[in-house]
Amino acid sequence: MVASRAVGSLSRFTASRMLRCPGYICRNFTRSSALLTRTHINYGVKGDVAVIRINSPNSKVNTLGQELHSEFIEVMNEVWSSSQIRSAVLISSKPGCFIAGADLNMLTACTTSQEVTQISQEAQRMFERVEKSTKPIVAAINGSCLGGGLELAISCQYRIATKDKKTVLGSPEVLLGILPGAGATQRLPKMVGVPAAFDMMLTGRGIRADRAKKMGLVDQLVEPLGPGIKPPEERTIEYLEEVAITFAKGLADKKISPKRDKGLVEKLTSYAMSIPFVRQQIYKKVEEKVRKQTKGLYPAPLKIIDVVKTGIEQGSDAGYLSESQKFGELAMTKESKALMGLYRGQTLCKKNKFGAPQKEVKQLAILGAGLMGAGIAQVSVDKGLQTILKDATLAALGRGQQQVFRGLNDKVKKKALTSFERDAFFSNLTGQLDYQGFEKADMVIEAVFEDLSLKHKVLKEVEAVIPDRCVFASNTSALPISEIAAVSKRPEKVIGMHYFSPVDKMQLLEIITTQKTSKDTTASAVEVGLKQGKVIIVVKDGPGFYTTRCLAPMMSEVIRILQEGVGPKKLDSLTTSFGFPVGAATLVDEVGVDVAKHVAENLGKVFGERFAGGSLEVLKQMISKGFLGRKSGKGFYIYQEGVKNKNLNSDINSILASLKVPSQPDVSSDEDIQYRLVTRFVNEAVLCLQEGVLATPTEGDIGAVFGLGFPPCLGGPFRFVDLYGAQKIVDRLRKYEAAYGKQFTPCQLLMDHASSPNKKFYQ
Amino acid sequence: MNQDLRMTSLLTYTLKNLPSTSQWALRFSMRPLSCSSQLQAATAVQTKSKQTLAKPNIRNVVVVDGVRIPFLLSGTSYKDLMPHDLARAALSGLLHRTSVPKDVVDYIIFGTVIQEVKTSNVAREAALGAGFSDKTPAHTVTMACISSNQAMTTAVSLIASGQCDVVVAGGVELMSDIPIRHSRRMRKMMLDLSKAKTLGQRLSLISKFRLNFLSPELPAVAEFSTNETMGHSADRLAAAFAISRLEQDEYALRSHSLARKAQDEGLLSDVVPFKVPGKDTVTQDNGIRPSSLEQMAKLKPAFIKPYGTVTAANSSFLTDGASAVLILAEEKALAMGYKPKAYLRDFMYVSQDPKDQLLLGPTYATPKVLEKAGLTMNDIDAFEFHEAFSGQILANLKAMDSDWFAQNYMGRKAKVGSPPLEKFNIWGGSLSLGHPFGATGCRLVMATANRLQKEGGQYGLVAACAAGGQGHAMIVEAYPK
Repeated sequence: MVASRAVGSLSRFTASRMLRCPGYICRNFTRSSALLTRTHINYGVKGDVAVIRINSPNSKVNTLGQELHSEFIEVMNEVWSSSQIRSAVLISSKPGCFIAGADLNMLTACTTSQEVTQISQEAQRMFERVEKSTKPIVAAINGSCLGGGLELAISCQYRIATKDKKTVLGSPEVLLGILPGAGATQRLPKMVGVPAAFDMMLTGRGIRADRAKKMGLVDQLVEPLGPGIKPPEERTIEYLEEVAITFAKGLADKKISPKRDKGLVEKLTSYAMSIPFVRQQIYKKVEEKVRKQTKGLYPAPLKIIDVVKTGIEQGSDAGYLSESQKFGELAMTKESKALMGLYRGQTLCKKNKFGAPQKEVKQLAILGAGLMGAGIAQVSVDKGLQTILKDATLAALGRGQQQVFRGLNDKVKKKALTSFERDAFFSNLTGQLDYQGFEKADMVIEAVFEDLSLKHKVLKEVEAVIPDRCVFASNTSALPISEIAAVSKRPEKVIGMHYFSPVDKMQLLEIITTQKTSKDTTASAVEVGLKQGKVIIVVKDGPGFYTTRCLAPMMSEVIRILQEGVGPKKLDSLTTSFGFPVGAATLVDEVGVDVAKHVAENLGKVFGERFAGGSLEVLKQMISKGFLGRKSGKGFYIYQEGVKNKNLNSDINSILASLKVPSQPDVSSDEDIQYRLVTRFVNEAVLCLQEGVLATPTEGDIGAVFGLGFPPCLGGPFRFVDLYGAQKIVDRLRKYEAAYGKQFTPCQLLMDHASSPNKKFYQ
Repeated sequence: MNQDLRMTSLLTYTLKNLPSTSQWALRFSMRPLSCSSQLQAATAVQTKSKQTLAKPNIRNVVVVDGVRIPFLLSGTSYKDLMPHDLARAALSGLLHRTSVPKDVVDYIIFGTVIQEVKTSNVAREAALGAGFSDKTPAHTVTMACISSNQAMTTAVSLIASGQCDVVVAGGVELMSDIPIRHSRRMRKMMLDLSKAKTLGQRLSLISKFRLNFLSPELPAVAEFSTNETMGHSADRLAAAFAISRLEQDEYALRSHSLARKAQDEGLLSDVVPFKVPGKDTVTQDNGIRPSSLEQMAKLKPAFIKPYGTVTAANSSFLTDGASAVLILAEEKALAMGYKPKAYLRDFMYVSQDPKDQLLLGPTYATPKVLEKAGLTMNDIDAFEFHEAFSGQILANLKAMDSDWFAQNYMGRKAKVGSPPLEKFNIWGGSLSLGHPFGATGCRLVMATANRLQKEGGQYGLVAACAAGGQGHAMIVEAYPK
């Protein structure tokens, strides 16, 4: 039972989850620490309680870096040696952040695993002293308590957390390809039990305060305060400190016991865990699950299991040693460099580099209540945007409104929202069939069918009713924005906002600017996207923009590979084992065969031979038989409501057989097939940078990973070139070029990188 | 005298722990309670901003008198009654006290919060039972703890607009019995069963029965919008205003001590005895229990455990009770030969964030109603604020005394100032007298009217907070002697 719980909790662990990593922020600390004045930590004594306040200068968050570490040691030594002090409270002065994790730059600056191991061991030693402190230390947690911050908190004798939405505890190291290197692998299993500890460390999920209390991760909760004698945030921290001081005193006076009463389930779990056989079964199950989900592409989760196992089976000394060594090893892997790069890129793409728009968008209008339109509405209304959802028919509108409601209601079921909040958010949505209220709209996003003449018609209709300030954004995946804007009276207000389906799950938003788009229009679009919680890349207009353009040659190759006789299942397994979260054939079904054909045709016309490969006839014949992918129930696979395992659509075989092309044995090994797909993708991405469609390689990587599912373990096409080697990629391209021709000709920028090995996209 | 001394020392002690002590304490120490109230009033009247709040072309509305049955702790003498029984007793008491002819009454309005489903228009049931004319319409209003305030202001509006001349307003609450419902699934099943036509349909419905359908649904004690109980919110509010447990206990002790004194001195003249069927006649409130700070300190926090500051001792308790007042157009009252007690003047309803400012209604309502009436804090001779929790009262006092709060949350240039404690709830309050939700408003108004009569003051201010983050304030003007 315990084993199944552990495994059940792991089931949500997927590669795409690896990238959700809130607030784990890296900073450079260049200031040198003076001996006497401490910059990160200060402390005062209230009665016999030392109140240690962490407040890193010039930063919104506290991170565990060298300076903070050494100041902390100094302060703790003073606390321990003072006869006046009997207990201590550890608190952050920053609203919304206790300690957000270790300083990433400190890790990336290391060149050998030994250096990283040493950092880990220093932290381990420090936290061990905290754990063994005879003077009780209370961690008072308000805001993010992640990674090293959590490791420090769980070393303390007692934890009090505010029940704020911002208060999140977690071990997100795995999402960066590393492991918790300061004792969490050893302390967490003891504190919350092995299954829960595995869940935390292997998924990296953030745990809210009330859940943390139930798990035994924190001992007391403090409710956030409203306005009173001071601003709410300020007074809440003060109150947390006051409460923590009373508990610190209580602990020092032995009036309060730091031990927690365990519930029946917990007692049973810990009893079960005392049986070696049960433990072995759990390790085995968890390992199997991880292997299945990571396909061996991510080394960190397996090492985490290994380190936890070592600690439990061979004692903590062995456990700590193993933790620090594996931490060092992982920090040097390509995977961790890729994941850390993505993390940094994600942080960059969550900023509005175009500045604040002249007028904040408050009233949004969305045209088309289909999957995309309703999805955009859903991520807008819960951010407080007044949203009009317009469609042509009541039935289509009703479907869209229901989609929004269901999305919000699912959050209620998961207790992320109250039913009252759901209702309040849903009231931000107005469904209608006419253009009433558009005269007050600050932004209109059209998500009508992908047809240029329809888009033109809609644009003209809308421009007749909207005010001058209103931005017109087009949610299209391939139609050039400048062509849509051609009929506009005010092309400076026209922009592309390319969302990805399903909108509430996919983090990426690709914003497309034409030569006429004004900077303020771009700033508005970015601001709205950020409000909707998106990671944003801004690219120049052109056929397929960036994302669709990279995907198209790969899709063309997919069709050719299928024509060469590789079955959809085999192709899916080849792509997922390379790190793509969704198999290539399944991806066609998800995108829609008609959409794929539409894009392939359009882009094929523009880019010509470079986008050739598979025959369009395959898609055409599928469409003529009604195999449009998931939406029609049949594509390469058969989709049935409630049936989880999808079966191959055998009718496809005859189509593929009739269009079969001979395969070329020397470029058709499993590995070659994988690289034929990936190199075409990468080559086109680099060409986008070369042509200036992309402004930075970072945006290219973020777009590829978050929008198209490029393997996160490779860090995106540009990081992949850096880590794998441009020369090797060019070699591969040349090899395939010999077999297939121009489609594989490496672009100039890629060749430049190959010819000078020092040239990197990321310095 | 002995008692006076005790009160004085207690009050000064309390004051030390309140904000802006200097100003109050100074004024207070120069004017101890024992000095003649007549003298104070004489000086006060001369300095009023306005001679009267009468407005041209608007009818003056007066309160002739008002009564309440004793407020009792829930589960005591009233526990076997129904809400309309209490309301009826209050109406009978009012009839007896004012001798108003039943057929003169144009309209009856009652406030209530937790509704007995059998008597959802409790005003009508009580009026019929009390022997009012069946030709007198009656309706029931609900607005949480300010329900009877709403009943009274509805009456004021009906009279001022010329719709009515004589209105009875009141409120009732019976917390000894509350509607506990079947679960939604059980109710659905029972309703479906009543519609089922064949045995087969019935059996198939019954086969869907599960044992957990029987788990009952209690009326929510929590705010619907935030799911937070009021005590919990009060505890957070006290913390937000940095009000200590000791301050709260001291204020609660003040309320109980003042209530006991008022009771002993016979000042609670609005109370009418109630002969409870099958039980002894109830003559006085039974929740007044002055205790000691030491004993209060022993109590554990009731809501935020284990470190909160709101306890059973510094919160108002669940109460059964009813109240009623007779409201008339001034000329009608005079024509009928009445000597009214007070005018009901400007009033104000406010609402704010039900999460973090749930109980700050008085803070928001006070400056607005004063402004509307053209008065200042100094014009007010008697303050009667509803005491839901000690922490809530002290938070409101601090908020009213804070420029920062006024500027950042109320959109005002400056604070309105905090009421001087020597004019504030000096006959006890909801903490000690009890708080039957629907009935408290009338008690506040009658306490104000009676205090103005007794002390010779001119203007009184009633204020209260209510669930839903709402609030109310009203100016009561003494009827000239």
